[in-house]
Amino acid sequence: MNTPNELKYATTHEWVRLESDGTATLGITDFAQHELGDVVYLELPDEGRALIADEPFGTVESVKAVSDLVAPLNGEVVKVNTELVDAPEAINTDPYGCWMVVVKLDNPAEADALMSAEQYVAFTEEG
Amino acid sequence: MFSEPTIFERSRPGRHSNAVPVPDGADITAFLPAESLRAELPLPEVSEIDTVRHFTRLSQTNFGIDLGFYPLGSCTMKYNPRVHERVAAMPGFADIHPYQAPATCQGALRVMYELQGYLAEIGGMDAVTLQPVAGAQGEMTGLLLIRAYHRSRGDDGRTEMLVPDSAHGTNPATASLVGMSIVKVPSNARGRVDVEAVKAKVGPRTAGMMMTNPNTLGLFEDQIAEIAEVVHAAGGLMYGDGANLNAIIGVARPGDMGFDVMHFNLHKTFTTPHGGGGPGAGPVAVKAILEPFLPSPTVARAADGTYGWAGDRPQTIGRLHSFNGNFGILVRAYTYIRTLGPEGLRGVAENAVLNANYVRVGVAEKFQIAYPEACMHEFVASAQEQKKTTGVRALDVGKRLMDYGYHPPTVYFPLIVPEAMMIEPTETETRETLDEFVAAMQSIADEDPELVKSAPHTMPVKRVDEVGAAKNLNIRWEPSK
Amino acid sequence: MAYVPHTTEDQEAMLQRIGLNSLEDLFAPIPENLRLPKLLDVPAAMSEAEVVRHLAAIGRENADAGRGACFCGAGIYRHFTPSVVPAILQRGEFLTAYTPYQPERSQGFLQTIYEFQTLTCQLLGLDAANASMYDGATALAEAAVMAASITGRRRILIPETVHPAWTEVCRTYVQGHGASVDVVPHASGRIAVETLQSRLAPDVAAVVIPQPNFFGLLEDAKALAAAAKAAGALVLAAANPMALALLAPPGEWPADIAVAEGQALGLPMSFGGPLVGMFACRREFVRQMPGRIVGATTDQDGRRAYTLTLQTREQHIRREKASSNICSNEALAALGVTVYLSLLGKTGLRNVATASVQRAHEAFDAITALPGYAPVFSGPFFHEFAVRCPAPVAEINARLAGEGIIGPYSLSTVFPDLENAALFCCTETVSRDDIRRLADLLRTFA
Repeated sequence: MNTPNELKYATTHEWVRLESDGTATLGITDFAQHELGDVVYLELPDEGRALIADEPFGTVESVKAVSDLVAPLNGEVVKVNTELVDAPEAINTDPYGCWMVVVKLDNPAEADALMSAEQYVAFTEEG
Repeated sequence: MFSEPTIFERSRPGRHSNAVPVPDGADITAFLPAESLRAELPLPEVSEIDTVRHFTRLSQTNFGIDLGFYPLGSCTMKYNPRVHERVAAMPGFADIHPYQAPATCQGALRVMYELQGYLAEIGGMDAVTLQPVAGAQGEMTGLLLIRAYHRSRGDDGRTEMLVPDSAHGTNPATASLVGMSIVKVPSNARGRVDVEAVKAKVGPRTAGMMMTNPNTLGLFEDQIAEIAEVVHAAGGLMYGDGANLNAIIGVARPGDMGFDVMHFNLHKTFTTPHGGGGPGAGPVAVKAILEPFLPSPTVARAADGTYGWAGDRPQTIGRLHSFNGNFGILVRAYTYIRTLGPEGLRGVAENAVLNANYVRVGVAEKFQIAYPEACMHEFVASAQEQKKTTGVRALDVGKRLMDYGYHPPTVYFPLIVPEAMMIEPTETETRETLDEFVAAMQSIADEDPELVKSAPHTMPVKRVDEVGAAKNLNIRWEPSK
Repeated sequence: MAYVPHTTEDQEAMLQRIGLNSLEDLFAPIPENLRLPKLLDVPAAMSEAEVVRHLAAIGRENADAGRGACFCGAGIYRHFTPSVVPAILQRGEFLTAYTPYQPERSQGFLQTIYEFQTLTCQLLGLDAANASMYDGATALAEAAVMAASITGRRRILIPETVHPAWTEVCRTYVQGHGASVDVVPHASGRIAVETLQSRLAPDVAAVVIPQPNFFGLLEDAKALAAAAKAAGALVLAAANPMALALLAPPGEWPADIAVAEGQALGLPMSFGGPLVGMFACRREFVRQMPGRIVGATTDQDGRRAYTLTLQTREQHIRREKASSNICSNEALAALGVTVYLSLLGKTGLRNVATASVQRAHEAFDAITALPGYAPVFSGPFFHEFAVRCPAPVAEINARLAGEGIIGPYSLSTVFPDLENAALFCCTETVSRDDIRRLADLLRTFA
């Protein structure tokens, strides 16, 4: 399983890349895509929508499972990867290349509470 | 290899059957304005023999109880008596209109009235509505009744429904559809709902609790009376999912366990045919406190012995069906109860539980049993060991069983058992059938894993590309351009 | 014991295998105080021969339509069922199958559902359909819930000209969703566009348009749909599928979601059930559509194959987040419709619909020519029409029943201001002799 060191991770299996301009880019982890199986459908919020930490902001579906995308942080959606919505199967081959939304964070310091790659790997192994 | 084109591909312009006469009157525009008419009607044009062959061929690729053993857990796939079909097709039942005067349909009303009574007796309940047409609709009816009961007492704040984590997906779905929030109750190490866990979850917001007994693991919830007491003491009501009634019919009654409302699956316990997914029927039985809220009408018997509709319920939750529910299914269930009688109904439970335990002991020689103890009418085995050692999953075992001439068990349910295979043999199978099935399971456990993983090998099609089906959605036939 | 094959020896050997002594021991997991100390109080067992005799006797207490004719419709229609339909439905491979969750063993049923979905699309003029709903009423109710979820609005406008029981079912279904049903009054048996417009507002999720309506009359569906669209509401069609053999399909109005009661397509009246709901919508709403859906795909070897698809919308996966709890539908009834529509096809269905319209208009002329009988409404109608009678409808129907005729629906049951008004229906099963006989009997009340 691939877990890049430069990213932060949420217990709900989203990855977060903090950018220098106070925004964050979000996607789902390699572990998450593997658990789901072949992704066939993705539903993302519209630009401008507020993200509330720990609340769902979209869904990702395989044939036999559906999973909420849960916001790891508070903020506002400033960019949405609509191309990914049209071809969500890419998530299975390149989970970290498949960003879903870019969020302008209310408080970038909130990200300190997220897991490091090492912590996330330990978390997934606990099962 | 099997290949049957769609009926649309069999169509040839101008072909038709002789089923209906050709009208002889005036042109249709004499009656209906031309601008209201459709330009074309794109239906197929086929001959009668093509129609018969098409559907007969399709039937030959489908599996049913009539073809073989169907151990699909929680679905109670037992023999569907042919006499049920004969009775339901009698003109006195099939060719009557729901709005004809009660004086002209006394027989139909009598069947409904007596069935209401039989179901109340079987459930240990006081009153019955036959209107819900499926188990899921029965659940919805039951929860609306609970909601109406609380509201009638001005108790509007009760919006939480307790649901065990082993529950069928319809339980949480239904609770949410009637506007209730779900409070999940974990199962304990014995695979049962723990009375202490319930105590920790009830409160002034508790509308009630939904339980299936025996539960989806095939285990009897032996703390049911205490659980009901806790829920009642908190002001909630108990909903009984009747999906597994086959295990206890004539032996124990939901009403005696503390349930206030329950539904029956007539297509399970009372063996009306599943028909590929319906029509079924999901009558609901209640204790007297819920009777004022039942859907209208029910059937009543007057002092002079005549039957009629009883519809005056100002507090009713409303109607759930255009007419009186799935009457044709009710007639079949009535026939079944009259055929079996009291000893026969108890014999259903006895032999269903006997068969399940008999198969369990055999399957346990090769597969893990999720909760290795005496089960009721079904048990849950797991392919977890096989998955670890050979990569063979529950799904693969199921697919391989097809090659042996069986329908697969229910797989991956309940959710709390990994690699679950839920096996329900029912009471109508012979000992030899059960022996052969156990032998097949054992043989699959010893087979080349690659053979199992690529099964089935003898079906009309190989494994189907479900991902492709979801991605490239093709849900209707269209002429090729 | 009726369907249990075990001999006593079988049972003993099996008990021994599982380490028990008696059948009673099987129930040890049930606390003793919860076990029923006696047998159930139901009548004694019967052999098949006895039970058939018993049920046949009960059945004879019902005056079935075959004794004379049926002039009652109001949501259930007596059309002729071709012999092929029950012959196919009685095949054990279909009759005794469960839901086709295992595609490799269920190709036959899956393909018939795919064909049913296609036929539904063809009749209703839309491009997505599901595997069926319980009946037309619950199909409409689920459509109302779906419309509320798509639009984020909460009010459903249902005209009085929709079948009153369908409206009641909608009320029952929407209550858990915080939505409400608002009834729009009729004017002379139809919905006036102005009345509808006066009720439309930004909180209206959908407008239901019946075709033909409960009184048998044709609505101005296109104008009503246009009014609803102008207010941002979705259009829900509630149609009689037999009428759609002739009338413009809902997709052309255009409706966003269309539902129909499929019983008229080859299924018996059966005292009002089983029925079958047909459900179609615009393709863009397919993920919000309730119920099972079959899709065509391929197997590993690239052969055409069918499977249930988009299952993540359904309760067994989405659980409390599912938008509907439906699992069983009316698959066998839907198969009956599929066989019926295939067999009759384009020509046959038009012939049945045309003959029904003709008979109804002949009956209308014959009845309204009688002294004391007058039409309640005016305007084009399909195969039902309302007539003001010179006596209470119940009285007339008792007389007709004496002659083996199932008489018309009494409209005052639901519309108190329509006193002595009867809703007559004719299908192709009514003959001209039947109409003459009816008219002769009605004359005696004049």
